[in-house]
Amino acid sequence: MNIDEQTVDKIAHLARLELAADEKQEMIKDMNKILGFMDKLNEVDTAGVEPLVYMTAEVNNLRDDVIKQDITTEEALKNAPMHDDSHFLVAKVISK
Amino acid sequence: MTILNSSVTDKYELVVGLEVHAQLSTLSKAFSPDSAAFGGQPNHHISAISLGHPGTLPRINKRMVEYAIKMGLACNCSINLHNTFARKNYFYADLPKGFQTTQDQQPICLGGFVPVKLSSGVTKNIAIHHIHMEDDAGKSSHDQHDEYSLIDLNRAGVPLLEIVSQPDIRSAEEAGQFLTEVRRLLRYLEICDGNMEEGSMRCDANISVRLKGQTTYGNRCEVKNLNSIRNVQRAIEHEFTRQIAIIEEGGHIDQNTLNFDAATGETSVLRSKEMANDYRYFPEPDLLPIQITEEQLESIRQAMPALPNQLFEKYTGELNLSDYDAGVIIAEKDLADYFEELISHTGNYKSAANWMMGAVRSHLNENNLTAGQLELKPKALAGLIDLVDSGKVNNTVAAQKIFPELLKGEEATAEQIATRLNLMISNDSNEVEQFIKAAVAKFPDKVKEYQKGKKGVLGLFMGEIMKSSKGKIDPQKTNQLLIKALESE
Amino acid sequence: MTNNYHSYSELKSGLENGDTTVEKLVNGYLQQIQANAQLNAFNEVFADEALEQARVLDKRMQSGEPVGKLAGMVVGIKDNISYKGHKVTASSKMLENFTAIYSATIVERLLAEDAIIIGRCNCDEFAMGAANENSFFGPVKNHADQTRVSGGSSGGSAVAVQAGMCHAAIGTDTGGSVRQPAAFCGVVGLKPTYGRISRYGIISYASSFDQVGPITRSVEDAALLLEVMAGPDEYDSTLARKPVPQVADLKKESGKKRIAYMQEALSSPGVDADVKATLAAYIDKLRADGHIVKPISFELLEYLVPTYYILAMAEASSNLARYDGVHYGYRSPNAVDLTSTYKKSRSEGFGKEVQRRIMLGTFVLSAGYYDAYYAKAQRVRRLIQNKTNEILQEYDFILAPTAPEPAFALGLKEKDPVVTYLYDIFTVQASLAGVPAISLPAGNNGKGLPLGLQLIAKSFNEQELLNFSEYFLQL
Repeated sequence: MNIDEQTVDKIAHLARLELAADEKQEMIKDMNKILGFMDKLNEVDTAGVEPLVYMTAEVNNLRDDVIKQDITTEEALKNAPMHDDSHFLVAKVISK
Repeated sequence: MTILNSSVTDKYELVVGLEVHAQLSTLSKAFSPDSAAFGGQPNHHISAISLGHPGTLPRINKRMVEYAIKMGLACNCSINLHNTFARKNYFYADLPKGFQTTQDQQPICLGGFVPVKLSSGVTKNIAIHHIHMEDDAGKSSHDQHDEYSLIDLNRAGVPLLEIVSQPDIRSAEEAGQFLTEVRRLLRYLEICDGNMEEGSMRCDANISVRLKGQTTYGNRCEVKNLNSIRNVQRAIEHEFTRQIAIIEEGGHIDQNTLNFDAATGETSVLRSKEMANDYRYFPEPDLLPIQITEEQLESIRQAMPALPNQLFEKYTGELNLSDYDAGVIIAEKDLADYFEELISHTGNYKSAANWMMGAVRSHLNENNLTAGQLELKPKALAGLIDLVDSGKVNNTVAAQKIFPELLKGEEATAEQIATRLNLMISNDSNEVEQFIKAAVAKFPDKVKEYQKGKKGVLGLFMGEIMKSSKGKIDPQKTNQLLIKALESE
Repeated sequence: MTNNYHSYSELKSGLENGDTTVEKLVNGYLQQIQANAQLNAFNEVFADEALEQARVLDKRMQSGEPVGKLAGMVVGIKDNISYKGHKVTASSKMLENFTAIYSATIVERLLAEDAIIIGRCNCDEFAMGAANENSFFGPVKNHADQTRVSGGSSGGSAVAVQAGMCHAAIGTDTGGSVRQPAAFCGVVGLKPTYGRISRYGIISYASSFDQVGPITRSVEDAALLLEVMAGPDEYDSTLARKPVPQVADLKKESGKKRIAYMQEALSSPGVDADVKATLAAYIDKLRADGHIVKPISFELLEYLVPTYYILAMAEASSNLARYDGVHYGYRSPNAVDLTSTYKKSRSEGFGKEVQRRIMLGTFVLSAGYYDAYYAKAQRVRRLIQNKTNEILQEYDFILAPTAPEPAFALGLKEKDPVVTYLYDIFTVQASLAGVPAISLPAGNNGKGLPLGLQLIAKSFNEQELLNFSEYFLQL
């Protein structure tokens, strides 16, 4: 795998990260190195092997439809960087 | 906008697929136990889980799964017995986890169809691609503050069903009928209130056009934010002509996501294809699979209420009602429920249907009520029908005197009211004879006319007798006695 | 004053026979924390609160009131565990001022048994690291040699126990984050079977790997804490519905066992000579005691670390999406619109290693690469799990070093990420397979640096693992 600047830009946008020019170069270098290391897995024959997703054999852990309301609005907003009496506040999609 | 000649538009075929989001009326949310109720003070129906706080984990609401299965069965889908959830990763201000929990590879319902009746008289089956479960996002409002968006997370985590049709829809009418039918099913199953204005049912439309006879699809546009059935139809009609105009001018349809403006009836670009997100779906490691057994499926199937199409068949077949009457009764679940209870108390289906179509519906319409809100219980109405059938009151008295009393929701039965108001038909022949005698005496010249062969004056005598007896007579019997009396004068 | 009770049963008799009080214990730990502040083991110490709880507990005990299974046990919790009303930061600028609005299930269970939580322990940012050098609050130093790392990511938890700042500590282990610092600090570190202990309230790094684990001086305490913390929880639906091992059933195992050891651990040039010698010495001792000890070659050894990192980074990229500057946590003052709120808050709020892992995780899940990386790694993970289970069918335990080297010098390894990642070679196998593993202290090298050995057991076989560990420590 060869990660170029365009790929890093695309991935950074998907991950909502902003990289300064020098950070970007370092990221390209690191990602190439790490992905090169990961490419080693291509040596393993996995034909017919199902992906392993769930780490326990359990199924059907469902909850009864019962309401439990134990957080107040005040608690919900307590950690908000910005809020009014009842809402979280965040800059609009497009700034004015 | 170019106005297109119908000779141009006639060359084209409209192709529409709909994605319907139905908010399930569970008590608690899809993956957390806070309330899923609509409304409430902002950021009131919340939990650490639906706020996406660090360290929180989801747990599946059993009722959401049951509701999804019910809708699948109602839409003739096959139910996927092995279910998993996936994360759909994207950033938005009202998506506190940074991903939506949804189903990707193995949706709970596959295939199926919804039959819709068209004005042409034809019934068309609109095929369902699949139905899956997912959680809703919160709400951002952008117009309450100059600089900031206000975020309310009450809705975050409320369970949704996404019902995805195949691109089978060929007209705005079909789209409207499909949505009406889907909404009706949701309401019959009592799993969603289907209120599009409040957003508990939402619709996105994938719209494309192609030359008639073509077998491949044209590029499609996805129109979002359609908050009424009418607006879905308007958006479809608008897109149909817009896309044709572009193609006719030699242009190309860009595969964009569009916004519909209900004020202008036009669409505008929300996101271009290039801006399309890469959602990076992957299996949700925090939720184990759901394994549905045939037994569970069967018990849900057994507990399914009768669906509108089944009731229609029953009413027009077994009950011998007209298509029109049956159609009106099944249109709203409340009305059908009322009728079902009514016919469990009386065997006179025809009369029961007449009462529904007449007095009951006018009362509901005049007072803007639903059948469920009616004080008059079906059992009491059945009592009135039986009272008429037994000849103890006549129809007019029943409709004009007793029915209004019953509407007040009194404890008294129709028969008790009739007795109290002295409206019961008299079986005392002497009393009837007195009324007849009085009427005959009042119009001696009309008696002569009758005897000369002018049988039409009979109505006049009957009217007089009805009036003087206050309707408490058996019209048929009286009629016979009256003829006898006139002929023997 | 000494607080160095080796196990809770000793501490309990100390309390019962009047040798000490809970208040004295807490004061002792607080002094020790203060005296060793330069180790940077704690992000915050709940001094007043712990003292207050100690006094209340002393009174209850004096009046003969029944008390919980952990009465008088003073613990530190890794700073990625939610404790209502207390800050929880994951050692990140992103959550520097974040206060938990609910408690982790394990916190509730510890408190219900009258444990006292003395503070939150430093760790690698969002538990990403093997040296505790990725903390926004600075590295944790090893008490055995302050120029060396504590190990990570639960470095603060391990050093807190090592330096007598608390009786025991709770860490989390995703790819070795309990076991490796325990080895570096000469203490016991248990990673239970995946699905054994509730993850509710543990700040997620990689959901299919994360497990809570105790860091203790004795195997007995590991067993006791496991008993208290383990078992089904209505808030974590991935838990196994299996009976929980009880500390009362802990007995020094005397039966003869079949033990496999990683041949490469003795042959690979990447493994430190003292580590090799220690492993070899233990193999000899076990054989001398009549156990069957055989070398195995794990054919997937070189794929363990890449498989682990692909999957852990992918899950992390999604788990860390919630830190977006909108609802809680750091919001950049430089943000002007929604997108810049995300980008600036995340770039300024996350450290370098966290950003690197988010980038790689995002990449391996992105369109066009999912199958080649993510799905591929899930397939290899299944092979690793199958192969590990096969070995554990034939053998009772797999023996390996916990880490290829003892604690290394601060600042040494952070240059090349791949070199750092390879440090997890012996710990990630149990994490990938979801099986339980324990790191046990196995003496010191010539420089006085602790060495650790690891035993891996079958799924949900912690009881047998702990019983044998009790014996192993006395070899």
